[in-house]
Amino acid sequence: MIPSTPRGLVDAASALILGKRDRLELALACMIAGGHLLIEDVPGTGKTTLAHVMARLFGLDFRRVQFTSDLLPADILGVSVFERDTGGFRFHPGPVFTQVLLADEVNRATPRTQSALLEAMEEHQVSVDGETRALPEPFFVIATQNPASQIGTFPLPESQLDRFTMRITMGYPDPAAERALLTGRDRRSLLADLAPVADAALLTRWRQQAASLHVADALIDYVQALIIHTRSSGHYRLGLSPRAGLALLAAARAHALIAGRAHVLPEDIQSVLPAVALHRLPLLEPAPAEDAARALIQAVPLPH
Amino acid sequence: MMQLLRPRATKDEALGRARVAWLMAVAACALAPHAEYLPPWLDAVALLLFIWRLAQWHLGWPGASRAVKILVVIACCAGVALSFGRLFGREPGVALLTLLLVLKLHELRSVRDGHTVVLLGYFMLLAAFLDSQEPAIAVLLFGSMVVITAALIALTGPPAAVGALLRRSAFMLLQATPFMLVLFVLFPRVPGPLWGLPVDAHGARSGLSDSMEPGSISQLSLSGEIAFRARFDGALPARRELYWRGPVLTDFDGRVWRQGASARQVGRALPGSLEGTRTAYEITLEPHGKPWLFALESVAALPADARITDDWQVVRRDVVRDRRRDRFESVTSARPGRDEWSGWLKAARQLPASGNPRARALAQSLRDQADSDAEVVAAALHLFRREPYVYTLTPPLLGSDAVDQFMFETRRGFCEHYAGAFVFLMRAAGVPARVVTGYLGGELNPVDNFIVVRQSEAHAWAEVWLAEEGWRRVDPTAAILPERVERGLAALPSSEPVPFAARLDAGWLRALRHRLDAANNAWNQWVLSYDQQKQRELLARMGMQQPDWQTLTAWMASLCAAFAIVLTLWALRRQRREDPLARAWRTFGKRMARTGLPREDWEGPLDYAARVARQRPELAGIADAAATLYAAARYGGADAATAARDIRTLTASLRRHRTRT
Repeated sequence: MIPSTPRGLVDAASALILGKRDRLELALACMIAGGHLLIEDVPGTGKTTLAHVMARLFGLDFRRVQFTSDLLPADILGVSVFERDTGGFRFHPGPVFTQVLLADEVNRATPRTQSALLEAMEEHQVSVDGETRALPEPFFVIATQNPASQIGTFPLPESQLDRFTMRITMGYPDPAAERALLTGRDRRSLLADLAPVADAALLTRWRQQAASLHVADALIDYVQALIIHTRSSGHYRLGLSPRAGLALLAAARAHALIAGRAHVLPEDIQSVLPAVALHRLPLLEPAPAEDAARALIQAVPLPH
Repeated sequence: MMQLLRPRATKDEALGRARVAWLMAVAACALAPHAEYLPPWLDAVALLLFIWRLAQWHLGWPGASRAVKILVVIACCAGVALSFGRLFGREPGVALLTLLLVLKLHELRSVRDGHTVVLLGYFMLLAAFLDSQEPAIAVLLFGSMVVITAALIALTGPPAAVGALLRRSAFMLLQATPFMLVLFVLFPRVPGPLWGLPVDAHGARSGLSDSMEPGSISQLSLSGEIAFRARFDGALPARRELYWRGPVLTDFDGRVWRQGASARQVGRALPGSLEGTRTAYEITLEPHGKPWLFALESVAALPADARITDDWQVVRRDVVRDRRRDRFESVTSARPGRDEWSGWLKAARQLPASGNPRARALAQSLRDQADSDAEVVAAALHLFRREPYVYTLTPPLLGSDAVDQFMFETRRGFCEHYAGAFVFLMRAAGVPARVVTGYLGGELNPVDNFIVVRQSEAHAWAEVWLAEEGWRRVDPTAAILPERVERGLAALPSSEPVPFAARLDAGWLRALRHRLDAANNAWNQWVLSYDQQKQRELLARMGMQQPDWQTLTAWMASLCAAFAIVLTLWALRRQRREDPLARAWRTFGKRMARTGLPREDWEGPLDYAARVARQRPELAGIADAAATLYAAARYGGADAATAARDIRTLTASLRRHRTRT
């Protein structure tokens, strides 16, 4: 059964990942917006499951790379090996040649390895031995990082964080969801039984639909006001980049599509804003993410 | 050390970096005009403190500790006390405020501190007018005012871009301008100058003095400063009649000419009615720290507070400390003093007992060859014209018998040499004579028709008394170089160090100077010297005859109220111009606010409806309908007019709903 709406896909995913409907919507919006996702949370909150579920529901190729400090760029991108039979070099593609790549604990790898991945994310292609190879379409990276233990890690700098369209946190499940989790079937077997409900072609169609949604001038005014606020208010060490503005609008379009609307509302902007903006806004004074998001939204009135 | 210089980026978080930057701009704008007038060491200290603050803001340098600040304050107070010799008064006060303003930048902990900086900034702008009241300064200070007001908006309002704040500030000041003009024009004036503060009223200013010796006027001729401006009611007199009379010098000690007893004899009535046509004019005199005024020869009508001396000089009791404007009438063709008192004539023949023998011998020979005093005068003038005398701004230095040396050896001199030598000859020949100093000519500014008389036009001439006609003006300089009278100093050969302004002959530069000068003059006439008299004139022209202060206050109040009403109406109209959909939605939010659920200005319509549904389920239907209508029209492209009408209907139903419950 193929659901004709993004909402149906979110429904299917919620059956597996309990009580996280808003995160699933954000993750889907990120995929429809064609961006990469960074999930930041402590271990065991379902980061990997989320990545797995999204790949499985779309029927996409899925690879997982555990990032460690001795991981080399070639371990991700692939390497050319000399073959005696043919007398030439043959390229052995790395795990990056897939449709959904789960980069687990991305901040454990050295900056050199990180930047190899980030370059692939930006260009949708890799260059090895002077030869450029295109990655499959669609191509998503879902990276995770663990904020709790920062010892022996290389935190991503702001310029690299800007490459991720969204950063979300999973958070602990609410009591009801936790209970269902504890009493229900094993997630791993559920995942194994999960059948795709969509495919890459449908994703492409959704992407086109999202891009054609009506965006009123008043909404563009609002996005601009938000961006200007981050640049001139003095609360942030760095304002939002033009790339961030584009990502914000694309994510809001996708969010409106998931909500089943024909036009984008300020509510869509506000829903995706924390995930799209906060990791690109270094605060001068550290504050909890929720407070920072609320402060940003409440500081900018809606233009008429 | 590295520990000390560690960047502390979170330092300015109390106010926000943007606001701190604005406050630094306030300090820069408010203090820059003072830099010229403060002691250099204080400028340096203020600049260093400012740069330090800038480095804290930009590079995260460490801030000043309390102890450092206290030390700086004590040291600078001591420095101010040493520099000025006191700690109170205007100049030390401005110096201390400068210091406080810069130090306050190092102590920005709250919005209140920011307000202090802004207030100090405004005050320092006002204080800048104490140093200079040039129109250029006024323009500059208006710019600074825009910046400071923008800082005030940034301090209290929501964050905004720099350009937007500046525009808003300029716009607000523009709105305040009508009020400023009304208050300026109508506020009852007290007699006396607006800027009459005890500055350097007795300080040295360039201008004529009450004595003359070789070199004193040629020194003055190097100055391009303006002495006074004159405007004639009718046609301009001929240039050769523009002898502006100043101090008259009667006493001679062999070298220096000084004012005589006749200059101290004041209060005598005007010499009856002078015959001839009267020329009426107005003189705006720059302060020169001396008691005399300048008027064309021979003066026939005086300002009320002026008197005339026995040698026809116009004086006041007090020195001229402020720019003043006086009306005079003169009869340029008249020669007063035919019935001069014999005592004054005796004084006008006085010479030292000895000295300058060759000049005395020459005078004697002139006397012997002539039949009358008039012929002696003519012969002496002929002598100056015939002999190779040179008119120069750089005459050689003269020794003890200065007149002899000048007349027979160097033969190079400026007007004071010729006037002095001529009067010496006359006295030696027994003809009563005296030296008159003042100004000759002036430059007509075609832009505003004022005649501008500069210090470079300072001149000295002679006066001889002839029994048949009274005192006659004789200008020996005219005998040497007639063009000096007709063209001014520009007549001198180009090797002479004449001030640039006096040399300008023609061209755009001259036109530009005329325009600048006219602007300056208009500023002086209408702004700086707008006093009670000027106010009366202006109000009379507008149809208000002799208004008392109650009338003026009533006018002020009603005009300000009228402006306020106009501005309010205009603001309301602007609000009304916002489109009907936005207005309908705003009205809906206001009406909902009465039920205790106001819409936040950042809240999206659907979120708002959801919140209403949670808190007041009975209103959920109406709120949801209105929000959906608004969202569809504002963000979805549905027809705005229809949506606005429907929202208005829903708003009305809200009232019914409220009255029902």
